[in-house]
Amino acid sequence: MALLETRGLTAHYGDFQALFGVDIHLDEGETVAIIGANGAGKTTLMRSITGVLRGEPEQIRHNGTGIGHLMPDMIMKRGIVMVPEGRRLFPSLTVEENLLIGGQHKGGRDLGDRIDSILSRFTGGPDPMEVVSGNDGTGVWTLDTVYDLFPILKERRHTPSTALSGGQQQMVAIGRALMSNPSVLLCDEISLGLAPVIIRDIYAALPRIRAGGTSVVVVEQDIGQALKVADRVYCMMEGRVTLEGRPDEISRDDVHAAYFGAPA
Amino acid sequence: MIWIETIVQGVLLGGLYALFAAGLSLVFGIMRLVNLAHGDLIVMGAYLILVVVSVSGLNPFFAALVAAPFMFTVGWILQRAVLNRTLGEDILPPLLVTFGLSVVIQNTLLEGFTADSQRLSMGPLETASVNVGPITMGTLPILTFGSAIVVILVLNWIFYRTAIGRAFRATSDDPVTASLMGIRPDRVFATAMGLALVVVTIAALYLGTRSNFDPYVGPARLIYAFEAVIIGGLGSLWGTLAGGIIIGVAQTLGAAINPEWQILAGHVAFLIVLLVRPRGLFPRAFD
Amino acid sequence: MTQTYTASARTRAGTLSGIAALILLVVAIVLPSFASRSLIQDLFFILTMLTLAQFWNLLAGYTGLVSVGQQAFVGFGAYMLFGATILWGVNPVAALFMSGVFALLLAIPTAFFAFRLSGAYFAIGTWVVAEVVRLCVAQWQAVGGGTGTSMPRDARDAMWGVEWIEILFDVRSSAARDILAYWLALALAAATIGGIYWFLRTRRGLALAALRDNVEAAKSTGVDATRMKWIVFLVAAFGTGIAGGLIFMQNGRISPDSAFSVTEWTAFVIFIVVIGGIGTLEGPIIGVLVFFFLQELMADFGAVYLIVLGLLGIAIMLFAPTGLWGFFAKRTGIALFPTQRRLETKR
Repeated sequence: MALLETRGLTAHYGDFQALFGVDIHLDEGETVAIIGANGAGKTTLMRSITGVLRGEPEQIRHNGTGIGHLMPDMIMKRGIVMVPEGRRLFPSLTVEENLLIGGQHKGGRDLGDRIDSILSRFTGGPDPMEVVSGNDGTGVWTLDTVYDLFPILKERRHTPSTALSGGQQQMVAIGRALMSNPSVLLCDEISLGLAPVIIRDIYAALPRIRAGGTSVVVVEQDIGQALKVADRVYCMMEGRVTLEGRPDEISRDDVHAAYFGAPA
Repeated sequence: MIWIETIVQGVLLGGLYALFAAGLSLVFGIMRLVNLAHGDLIVMGAYLILVVVSVSGLNPFFAALVAAPFMFTVGWILQRAVLNRTLGEDILPPLLVTFGLSVVIQNTLLEGFTADSQRLSMGPLETASVNVGPITMGTLPILTFGSAIVVILVLNWIFYRTAIGRAFRATSDDPVTASLMGIRPDRVFATAMGLALVVVTIAALYLGTRSNFDPYVGPARLIYAFEAVIIGGLGSLWGTLAGGIIIGVAQTLGAAINPEWQILAGHVAFLIVLLVRPRGLFPRAFD
Repeated sequence: MTQTYTASARTRAGTLSGIAALILLVVAIVLPSFASRSLIQDLFFILTMLTLAQFWNLLAGYTGLVSVGQQAFVGFGAYMLFGATILWGVNPVAALFMSGVFALLLAIPTAFFAFRLSGAYFAIGTWVVAEVVRLCVAQWQAVGGGTGTSMPRDARDAMWGVEWIEILFDVRSSAARDILAYWLALALAAATIGGIYWFLRTRRGLALAALRDNVEAAKSTGVDATRMKWIVFLVAAFGTGIAGGLIFMQNGRISPDSAFSVTEWTAFVIFIVVIGGIGTLEGPIIGVLVFFFLQELMADFGAVYLIVLGLLGIAIMLFAPTGLWGFFAKRTGIALFPTQRRLETKR
């Protein structure tokens, strides 16, 4: 059983269909890369998995349970957390507060969940108490270990997050996601807009994240970077998966064809 | 000397207006919702305290303690069931729904309690006063002002020092990303409205003990609250206190010249500030 | 073969309703010859509320200016009518025009202040201005200060046309005054609806619709948003002022609390528009009828009536934000006042 998989996943924005039956899967301990040009459907795929776009339960499965209909907070509490494209730090929060907020609603069940659990009996809809069962969000990642991973953040812990450089902001975004000790970390375009030397630093954190028991999906336009870190690669084009394989199995021409739709 | 006393009274009155305004400011700060029923909710709180007092015989202060959790629940349910549905790009739904709510609350109170004016009795405390040098100050106005400061301190502490305050700020910044961090914006908003109605209960306590009230006095309190918020600058609770003080001083000075000018003087002060500082006295750096 | 397209706002329902409106107008004009006095009074109420609703709808539904301070213009218009008749001996019918002009003059400083506040704060800003005007007028002793005053007898009797109506319909002067007020209200409502309809179909009016739908896009086509807001706000104040003058001319008595009542001149008007359908010309017409029949039905219940009205308004805003007319139009595609242009093929 895969840790996370999509089966024939479709997605729509109004009348516009963005995904046409996407099948991907992520096994425990794996790092999977999803590559593709702008508009290939990568971000839509991330939005579907995280619950920002909701659909049929069985189209997305986590540990064998259909989760395609769940709200973003329930997905997060199950242990699937995203580093969103563009980092999306909270500007009114300091660096440390941004990190803390990533861990403060992890797993477990708060009072709001208990109330909504009672309400769900009357309104239908998923019961949040059931949904998050089995994940308490504990693990290696705490404020201290995140600071250990990115020491610069400790120095700047009380700075407003808006005052950081792009690379440092990306570190905060990754740290924020790690604070809930997710089983799946989705990284959406984490190298976008960063200098190569900073991208290298950020990707250097990946092995330690995997060692902490987190499986990783990286969405990248930077094919070289993706092939370097991934165990397996999916290439998407126009809302479909056009290529799947291990980095050492697929050739440049395969990738080129899957990426642009025509042989080189 | 009479002028100094008038000004001191105005400052203390400003504390009451800051209390009216704090809940309004909180709700606007977190969810950009302008609640036109805010004044009527204060009046509703005063009637609730009145009911508790008459049923239990408690002192209004303790009755307010009983009323506060109930008001929190009212706010929570109101936000979850009604107001969350109105939030979005369009400003019409929240305005019209809260305006409708204002009419509903006023007339429900009218139906339940008639138009007779009521008062929360504090016994001898109502007339008690202290002398500071040559100036005489009412004990109740001092208590009101002190409560306003405590409320602002506590709200600032919640906002900047607690986990729920972090969630308030994060959700206010970016609700979608907040939901990716496990936060449910609709729950955060419900909690915020509940908290605002706890502040409303405190405001109601002083509304009811310092003057008579009837089901129709809500809109005027909304206007004072709103003026205090705008004068102070959006998003700053200390600014709101300053705004309340300006309205209060303008009112007591106006009343000292001609009793009929009290309310008018407050409004005129507001219009003048709006004219010279459209963004208020202490605007937030970014919005 | 080339086809030419023309953009036209003409629809069959639109043409039919145009003919129907003309017939209705003729019937309404001759109505006093056979209708009872109470029907005339009811219709006066409906027509003046309809006028207020159309102007509020123009503000909020088409321009995004959600004012809860329109009672400022109702009250100020009404007070200027009383002032002009009492102090300067102007004929009340002529003073109606002054109601409009003075309301428009008041709208200039009001807009100057309120436009500094954006969105929702604009709403309360207009309310503050209305309060200030009310408090100032309450200091005006010549028209009764805080307690108000009645229209002097000689001014009432001197109203243009009353004598003529007395003879024409063989009625007493009080009934004749009601008929006169009714005709004036009819003229005002017809002019308001006709005027707004005409305006919405002009280039400016279409720009206004564009502005409502998408401010950014409208900007890029060169629509001056601020200018449009000013024009609409001033026009609405002018019409609202005349309506206010007319309402209190018919009433014969005025006081600051009744003339500047936020419930009657703003809350009711908002509910009429929201229930009928905001952002359409048909909405206020449906809304005012629903409002009137609800009021007739529940007149004896007092506060309960207002509670029901408030709850109905909230429910419609939440579950059918386009109102009763929007609900109906969406299912049938009918538009009585078509303002959308559609492409037609000419062969």
